[in-house]
Amino acid sequence: MTAPQTILAKLWAAHEIMQRDDGTSLLWVDRHLVHEGSHHAFAKLDSRGMKVAAPDLTFAVVDHYAPTRAGNVAADIRRMINTLGRNARAQGIRLFDLRDPGQGIVHVIGPEQGLTLPGLLINCGDSHTSTHGAFGALAFGVGATEVAHILATQTIWQKRPRVMRITVNGVLGSGVGAKDLALHWIAQLGADGARGHAIEYAGPAVEGLSMEGRLTLCNLSIEGGARLGLIAPDQVTFDYLRGRKFAPKGADWDQAIDDWSVLKTDEGAAFDREVTIDAAAIAPTVTWGTSPEDALPITGHVPDPAQLSGAKQEQARAALDYMGLNAGMPLESVAVDQVFIGSCTNGRIEDLRLAAKVLAGRKAKVPGLVSPGSAAVKKQAEAEGLAQIFTEAGLEWADSGCSMCVGMNGDRVDAGKRCASSTNRNFKGRQGRGARTHLMSPAMVAAAAVSGHLADVRPLLEGRS
Amino acid sequence: MSGWTKISGRAVALPQANVDTDQLIPARFMSAPRSDGYGPFLLHDVRQDQPDHVLNRYSHADVLVTRRNFGSGSSREAAVYALVDFGIKAVCAPSFGDIFASNAVNNGLLPARLTEDEIEALIDTLGQADAPATVDLSTGTATIGGQTLSFDLDPVWQQKLVNGWDDIDLTAQHNDEITKFRAARFAAHPWALPAT
Ligand code: SF4
Repeated sequence: MTAPQTILAKLWAAHEIMQRDDGTSLLWVDRHLVHEGSHHAFAKLDSRGMKVAAPDLTFAVVDHYAPTRAGNVAADIRRMINTLGRNARAQGIRLFDLRDPGQGIVHVIGPEQGLTLPGLLINCGDSHTSTHGAFGALAFGVGATEVAHILATQTIWQKRPRVMRITVNGVLGSGVGAKDLALHWIAQLGADGARGHAIEYAGPAVEGLSMEGRLTLCNLSIEGGARLGLIAPDQVTFDYLRGRKFAPKGADWDQAIDDWSVLKTDEGAAFDREVTIDAAAIAPTVTWGTSPEDALPITGHVPDPAQLSGAKQEQARAALDYMGLNAGMPLESVAVDQVFIGSCTNGRIEDLRLAAKVLAGRKAKVPGLVSPGSAAVKKQAEAEGLAQIFTEAGLEWADSGCSMCVGMNGDRVDAGKRCASSTNRNFKGRQGRGARTHLMSPAMVAAAAVSGHLADVRPLLEGRS
Repeated sequence: MSGWTKISGRAVALPQANVDTDQLIPARFMSAPRSDGYGPFLLHDVRQDQPDHVLNRYSHADVLVTRRNFGSGSSREAAVYALVDFGIKAVCAPSFGDIFASNAVNNGLLPARLTEDEIEALIDTLGQADAPATVDLSTGTATIGGQTLSFDLDPVWQQKLVNGWDDIDLTAQHNDEITKFRAARFAAHPWALPAT
């Protein structure tokens, strides 16, 4: 009898071509996703006169620089988009360009198009590649040198990470979702709490999440320092994938279900680290500082650096200074200047539904931008009447792309302005130079929009089902 | 990329935790071709907002001493290009973002792990000034301001830094195995190919 194995061990074994004496494995890559940021890697390939090894397994998408609003596109942005197009065409890679109905943020369209499947190894030159692990795929972000290596060989050298299991027991409360759960554990363990580990999320609260919620949870694994997140595939996963464009069909589908059904951690398998969380103890959560670990329940207060010591005290002081906050003030009293709903963390249809539920029949007190995660999400949101709810509330409804998550396309938060945002990084300058970002769920962003300050979404959901 | 075994130069301290790659190089600079040189982009906005920033006071540094979780966040290798083009050859910290650390090694930049206590002591010693520093990959030690410390580094990465290996060349030796693996994988699991 073989020893009980974790999902990670099973996925690793299925992709290992060989192992060097030093323990590094050469892994087979099933899907390689590239975006405009891959230009350094393509340049490296060109300089060596090499071709892409597996163009049939490589997919390119315009997202980071995608313009989300009509108007002139700056020359350097246009150049980045054109460069990706040129590289994709020269290498025979399927490109989702701006006009493609399949366009969107790479981590939204992977699942949406059925390119992301359980059991696959998926790489992309983007740290949030951890998102795809929600399907039980081995998915992790890589840098430009590694992107070039994958383009050239369709493989990657990698050491197997340690495994940590986060078990979430109980049931998440009303108004509390995957984003709150993620910010909660990152605040508990720290922004480097899971460094060197793959995280497997398990337990009833995780199983109870929709596919969208699972994607949000795995997406944020990287913000807690983990290279990848994993959730065992189940009926929710299969139901999501059936009929998707690039998903298996017919007999292949039947075999896939058989293969995917055994893709779970065996009873008794050992983890390097185990963490248990009680779902019922999690409140809607917001960040107050400049790292995702600076997160607290909305009912809390801005921390007082004087009550911290050493490096932590300096860090908190610098964060409050940058964020323009006073120690001890209630989080609910923090006034915001604007809101943003979108990104690979929370730009999916369910995220928009949740935000719209709060916004319906209400007016936003501050301006805001809503950028759906993909062209398909946009179309669906318009068909469901969600777009109308956003515009009637006074928010701007835009095209899909990374948009104000990273500001590369010009959608930025101005210096000194405070933004309630459904994105994933509250780093200094992330949304624009001097921008102040508070991370939260899309429902909480909607609550901030209609309140004009950080606000608990729960009372705003009363009576709305 | 050429390898290295030992470097000597100057060290400075950046006493901050969680220095993410968005700070190391703001996104708007990432469309520049590498041939432009990424050195001026290093910590661009932070340096502009703080005229007395350590990297403004010292236009050259070889070793950077900093706090935990350095290089967290975005996988942008441009953060490493900015450090390397500025002239930095080693960063000492208690921990690094995983992707950053492997990007660093791929570009000849050493991510040297020291303990929290060692880093705090170095930050105290360095203060606002710079100090002579030597880093030796063969012994796995860094001597900064007269203090010699052993750093933690994956042996594979140590080899890679010393030899300046390029993985693409290494992997090319295994082309046959890779071709066989692909054929076997998709024969056994046809569903793993994108449906057409
Ligand atoms: S939405 Fe933001 S985090 Fe996601 S891929 Fe785009 S820039 Fe990165």
